[in-house]
Amino acid sequence: MTAANPTGSGEKRLRIADQTACYHCGEPCPASPVVYDEKHFCCEGCRTVFDILNNNGLCQYYQIDENAGVSLRGKSKEEYAYLDEPDVRSRLVDFTDGERTRVRFFLPQIHCASCIWLLENLYKLNDGIVASQVNFLKKEIYLTFLEEKTTLRKVVELLSSIGYAPAINLGSLDKEKRPVTDRSFTYKLGVAGFAFGNIMLLSFPEYLGLEKDQDSYFFQFFGYLNIFLSIPVVFYSGSDYFRSAWLGLKNKELTIDVPLALGILVYFIRSAYEILSHSEAGYMDSLAGLVFFLLVGKWFQQRTYHHISFERDYRSYFPVAARRKQDGQERPVSLDLLEPGDVIVVRHGELIPADAVILRGEARIDYSFVTGEAQPVLLPAGEKVFAGGRQQGATLELSLTKRVAQSYLTQLWNEEAFAKKQEMQASRLANQIGKYFTITILLIGVAALVYWLPRDATRAINAFTAVLIVACPCAVALAIPFIFGNVLRILGRHQFYLKNTNVVEAMRSVTKLVVDKTGTITTRMKGDLDFMGEPPLTLEEQAGLQTIASQSVHPLSQLIRLHFEHQGIPPLENTRLSGWEEFTGRGIAGVVDGIPYRLGSPEFIGVTADEGEAQDSGIWVEINGIVRGYFAVTQYLRPGTEALIHALREMGEVALLSGDNEREREQLTPLFEGAGQMHFRMSPKEKLQFVKRLQEEGAQVMMIGDGLNDAGALKQSNLGIVITEDTNNFTPASDAILHASSYTRLPQLLRFARKSVHLVYGAYGFALVYNLIGLSFAVQGALSPLVAAILMPLSSVTIVLFGLVGSNLLARRFHL
Amino acid sequence: MTVVFLLILVSLVVALGFLAAFLWAVRSGQYDDDYTPSVRILFDEKQTEND
Repeated sequence: MTAANPTGSGEKRLRIADQTACYHCGEPCPASPVVYDEKHFCCEGCRTVFDILNNNGLCQYYQIDENAGVSLRGKSKEEYAYLDEPDVRSRLVDFTDGERTRVRFFLPQIHCASCIWLLENLYKLNDGIVASQVNFLKKEIYLTFLEEKTTLRKVVELLSSIGYAPAINLGSLDKEKRPVTDRSFTYKLGVAGFAFGNIMLLSFPEYLGLEKDQDSYFFQFFGYLNIFLSIPVVFYSGSDYFRSAWLGLKNKELTIDVPLALGILVYFIRSAYEILSHSEAGYMDSLAGLVFFLLVGKWFQQRTYHHISFERDYRSYFPVAARRKQDGQERPVSLDLLEPGDVIVVRHGELIPADAVILRGEARIDYSFVTGEAQPVLLPAGEKVFAGGRQQGATLELSLTKRVAQSYLTQLWNEEAFAKKQEMQASRLANQIGKYFTITILLIGVAALVYWLPRDATRAINAFTAVLIVACPCAVALAIPFIFGNVLRILGRHQFYLKNTNVVEAMRSVTKLVVDKTGTITTRMKGDLDFMGEPPLTLEEQAGLQTIASQSVHPLSQLIRLHFEHQGIPPLENTRLSGWEEFTGRGIAGVVDGIPYRLGSPEFIGVTADEGEAQDSGIWVEINGIVRGYFAVTQYLRPGTEALIHALREMGEVALLSGDNEREREQLTPLFEGAGQMHFRMSPKEKLQFVKRLQEEGAQVMMIGDGLNDAGALKQSNLGIVITEDTNNFTPASDAILHASSYTRLPQLLRFARKSVHLVYGAYGFALVYNLIGLSFAVQGALSPLVAAILMPLSSVTIVLFGLVGSNLLARRFHL
Repeated sequence: MTVVFLLILVSLVVALGFLAAFLWAVRSGQYDDDYTPSVRILFDEKQTEND
């Protein structure tokens, strides 16, 4: 009956699925949920976690945040035997004295208050753990455990069993690379703020214009205190500006820091001279304010994303260890100890660590992340496999031919592009302005000096120093941190994460664009199916296939399940199914209502090459011993791609680079305006070369990609954007990371970021006005401390307000 | 009026004390994470029987 009226029953099931959310993870439960303790769970994994927490009195976890759990569906259990290897263990832990061990893990799953609570109560699950502390923003946990009661492996297995499997990869073995928290900036900011407040207080008598003759000893005393308080401001808090100005001068560049450093220095020397010679009160208050505001700007600019890494290389993609077979025994060994000739064992879902030859087993390798080929490759024993591919199917035995670092893929990182030192942090826009600014100021200052020198020598010196003081480009230096810093934050709200504010600037100058195909403009996850075969499947047959496919968690089976679900065909009751079996990496088979169904690769079904061109991409169907046809997997462009390409065209010429074959050339031609702009079968190295060639022709290249195969091109390009389904997953080194769910908004985001440069120009206009006012006082040699004390903070505050309000209004105009 | 000297010096010493407290707080890592403690403080410890 169900098969005859599939739609009605399907709707009913879907409605139930909408209502029941898994008690643990909150995801909708499947048609037949796991029921335990009167609660519904979407899968066994979630139930197990609930069980562990329930048995240990940790159910408060579910009260802090509802459905707090991390879904375990579709995640295969990892093996942590390698954590018992002394070599791996000693390189992973932060500190150990043989009794107590401290270790820190990155837990990408951390997402809510419940996570913090549970992870900080780990000692209730394992009494060997004596301390655990979570840093929510960095998604890190710091653990201390007793070696006699537990081991590193047990701790990691515990974390993994409750859904928080730590991200351990080859990169975690490099201790030097781990960021050390640098607190010196906070000290500098604190010292500057402290001195600023106190100097202001001590300068009050001056502001109020109290009679000097009467209490002159007070003024002198306050002056000395001001000098005392300014010394740390100039030589500690402001030291970075001197250093960077000096570096700039050594490279024969007039960066924005040169006039800043000059201004700070002149401020200090002139003020100290005035105070010590008892002539005037000096400008120590404005000086401290200037340094303080500059540092606040820097702080605002630096507050970016703690948990997103923009600098990952292949080491973050590879696991820590592989299973090496020696004398008939398998033992985990860390990847960098693998030598050519070693025999390793790779199971379903595991990564191939280095180039190798297959000794035993049939390989079905998914290279999509590495090369951009959308379909898995089938290889028999004796064939070569390359590092980075993921085996899907039976267990393989491989004989390594290369070391990990010398494999085909990892060699990409030996390219020149990766040796490039991090460019200077300074903003190019600010430095361009800085160049003209410095020259103009010096000219005006010298002109004032020359004008006054024959008439009044002291006034000449006064005017010259006052020009340098008042023109100190504080407002210019604050515009970029506040405007671009806020733009960064607005983009971050839409899940477009930029590495730093220089990236916003770089967008302005892009002239050529390069786009990757697989995973970038097409999705890796979703795809739809088309049944190819005559006659079409009957309803009974479809229901039968749905029944056997929904038993399997394999991605392709899931695709079939979803395909039928969309058509309103539910699986039949389990009682009508018998003899179901999964042949790992090959297919599935089962008997429904007495009719045998088989679903899988062409070899599994027994189709020979001449029976179909879709050989390796289709899922073949055999019902009752007859080959019925196959499901073709079609990849779809992400929705919004047309709009995106259109927006990119506004910025420059757009080219497509794909590692895949030319299957989709025709489909893509209308998008890329002529086939000349599309390049298929590009190796990772060729992609890099392509970008390099464009740059040699004078183009500023922006690249949008996703996988390891784009890593070289992304690094080489002036601006690399990575698209990812999950920001916690591996992404190659880049300047910006976009979450796939914001893909349709990318055109707006790019336009907004490019427009925001105009705000900086506007802020520079303000700065110019203030400078002209200040200069008109200065060239007359009549800059009183009071004028300076008003002008300096006023200009800074207006720039900050203009920047913040302006960028927010601009965002609203772009509906962001 | 000379008492003002004393007052100013005392106030400066107090201010330096606060600066020292700030530097100590930064050094001991209290500024490394400015989010998690705000969540942590809201957890009640009601399951003491497990301790």
